[in-house]
Amino acid sequence: MTYRDQQLREEKVFKDPVHSYVHVRDQVIWDLIGTREFQRLRRIKQLGTTFLTFHGAEHSRFSHSLGVYEIIRRITDNFSGRPNWNPEERLLCLTAALLHDLGHGPYSHSFEKIFDLDHEDFTKKMILGQTEINAILAKVSPYFPKKVAEVINKTYHNKLVVSLISSQIDADRMDYLQRDAYYTGVSYGHFDMERILRVMRPLPDKVVIKSSGMHAVEDYIMSRYQMYWQVYFHPVSRSAEVLLSKILHRVKALYQKQYPFKQEPIHFLSFFTGEIAIEDYINLDETIVMYYFQMWMNEEDPILSDLCQRFTNRRLFQYTDFNPIRKITELKELTYLFENVGIDPDYYLVVDSSSDLPYDFYRPGEEEERLPIYLQMTDGELVELSRASEIVESISGKKRTDHKLYYPADLIEQLPDHKIEKGRIKALLGLK
Amino acid sequence: MLLNHARLMRFFVEAQDIVGRKKLQKMIYILKKTGVPFNEKFAFHFYGPYSEELTLRIEELCNLGFIIEEKQDKGHYSQYHYRISQAGQQFLEQAPDDLPNCKEQIELLNNQRSRFLELVATMLFFEDLPRHEVEKKVQEVKASANYSEEELKEAWQFLDQLQQFH
Repeated sequence: MTYRDQQLREEKVFKDPVHSYVHVRDQVIWDLIGTREFQRLRRIKQLGTTFLTFHGAEHSRFSHSLGVYEIIRRITDNFSGRPNWNPEERLLCLTAALLHDLGHGPYSHSFEKIFDLDHEDFTKKMILGQTEINAILAKVSPYFPKKVAEVINKTYHNKLVVSLISSQIDADRMDYLQRDAYYTGVSYGHFDMERILRVMRPLPDKVVIKSSGMHAVEDYIMSRYQMYWQVYFHPVSRSAEVLLSKILHRVKALYQKQYPFKQEPIHFLSFFTGEIAIEDYINLDETIVMYYFQMWMNEEDPILSDLCQRFTNRRLFQYTDFNPIRKITELKELTYLFENVGIDPDYYLVVDSSSDLPYDFYRPGEEEERLPIYLQMTDGELVELSRASEIVESISGKKRTDHKLYYPADLIEQLPDHKIEKGRIKALLGLK
Repeated sequence: MLLNHARLMRFFVEAQDIVGRKKLQKMIYILKKTGVPFNEKFAFHFYGPYSEELTLRIEELCNLGFIIEEKQDKGHYSQYHYRISQAGQQFLEQAPDDLPNCKEQIELLNNQRSRFLELVATMLFFEDLPRHEVEKKVQEVKASANYSEEELKEAWQFLDQLQQFH
């Protein structure tokens, strides 16, 4: 028997709060889970800074990756014997599901923005480079690592395989919605996944939903919509993300000015220079980042020290709604006033928009590259979901966007009362 | 402040009128690949490079009234037109952008058909591959578009033309 087909002598299971159990039968999958690159995902939180708002949200990308794998395992089992499904693609699907988030770094959204990185690039590099993951994949076949990378990058020729891992109703979203709901403790995010899996049908280039399953999909879309606004776009989580970005921004600026760090940012050096070796990337996880933040609280630079203590001790910025049409003049005045009182507006006055976050909600996908969700009617005709469902139509047509202005209310309060600027800043920010 | 929004609005000032969401996506992607500092993150989405972040940012600009989006019913599908509004122009005066002068590139791209820009953007996405593999990959991921030899040749020439702006 080839390595590709090798089964474990006894099925292994992981107890999982979302899927009850994650089942592993394939030797390849078991070996991949044991690699150092995959184990590293235990030290990367799925929801980044959200734990500062929802204290339960400490779950990792490791548990999410296992969850996505488990969903794909169930889907491929269901597809077995159905038309358009090639059982030869099963292991590829399972592997891509397991490894789809491999390249995520610590607090990856902020890191990617500040250091101009792309976690998908790192996923590809870890799969194709000199890693334990690559050694295992290459044992399956010399072409297997490339195929896995292509599925994750969505450039694989079999669109059905791609759509299972990444589409508007994919295993990734189905796992993170339920997992994030479970760990944040919110009552949104729940839907009947078993029903959705039962009504999924493979077509040559995509997965579709049998029309009788429309209500289960409506529930999924509603969950996605509610999680989007209630958890992912929570203004307090966004405040923590703003702080994190500003710390990284500051430390990069200080490094460029050759600031003499007490705690030299050794693990960050290649991020500053932009030449990041895969080993450096793997070595930087959230425990390391938090260690630096602790140490930088003692730096001489008052901005870095202050921002790090804010993040570590959860002294987040306050926020107010910001309408760029009406408030742009006020923002300019606030910037001027902040400069006058010695609060650097580059770090302490931040506009954050909904487009700054990496989550989305369902769109029918007119004229775009995104594949919409299709219902397969009894006569075989495909109908885009929002055309059949009034519930989905009513929320997918609504464009909701949001802008917030973040600022340190405590620093403003600490300004001497006789300062004219203090009163004006408070008035502009609506502070009493 | 809102620098990424301002850069996009400057793009609309230069482009004047953009017809089609897909065209808009491809134009920004190609400009970004030729070094214009757009910050929106792109990934491959089934049929080519696409940015969810760009879609959201355009929605924000439309909601703010800075960009005007007009939907035209074309029978089987809807087509969207985009242009900057007076409020958008006024905002740009208050919140200046730092987009370098790329009027010529924008015009060049805006004069192309959406289908052609799709091809060029996809070729750029695979730019790390050797030339023959780029063509193979394009035919593979965009099989339904069925691009001809002639179109591929034209796209390579267009890419050479874009090089001058690098």
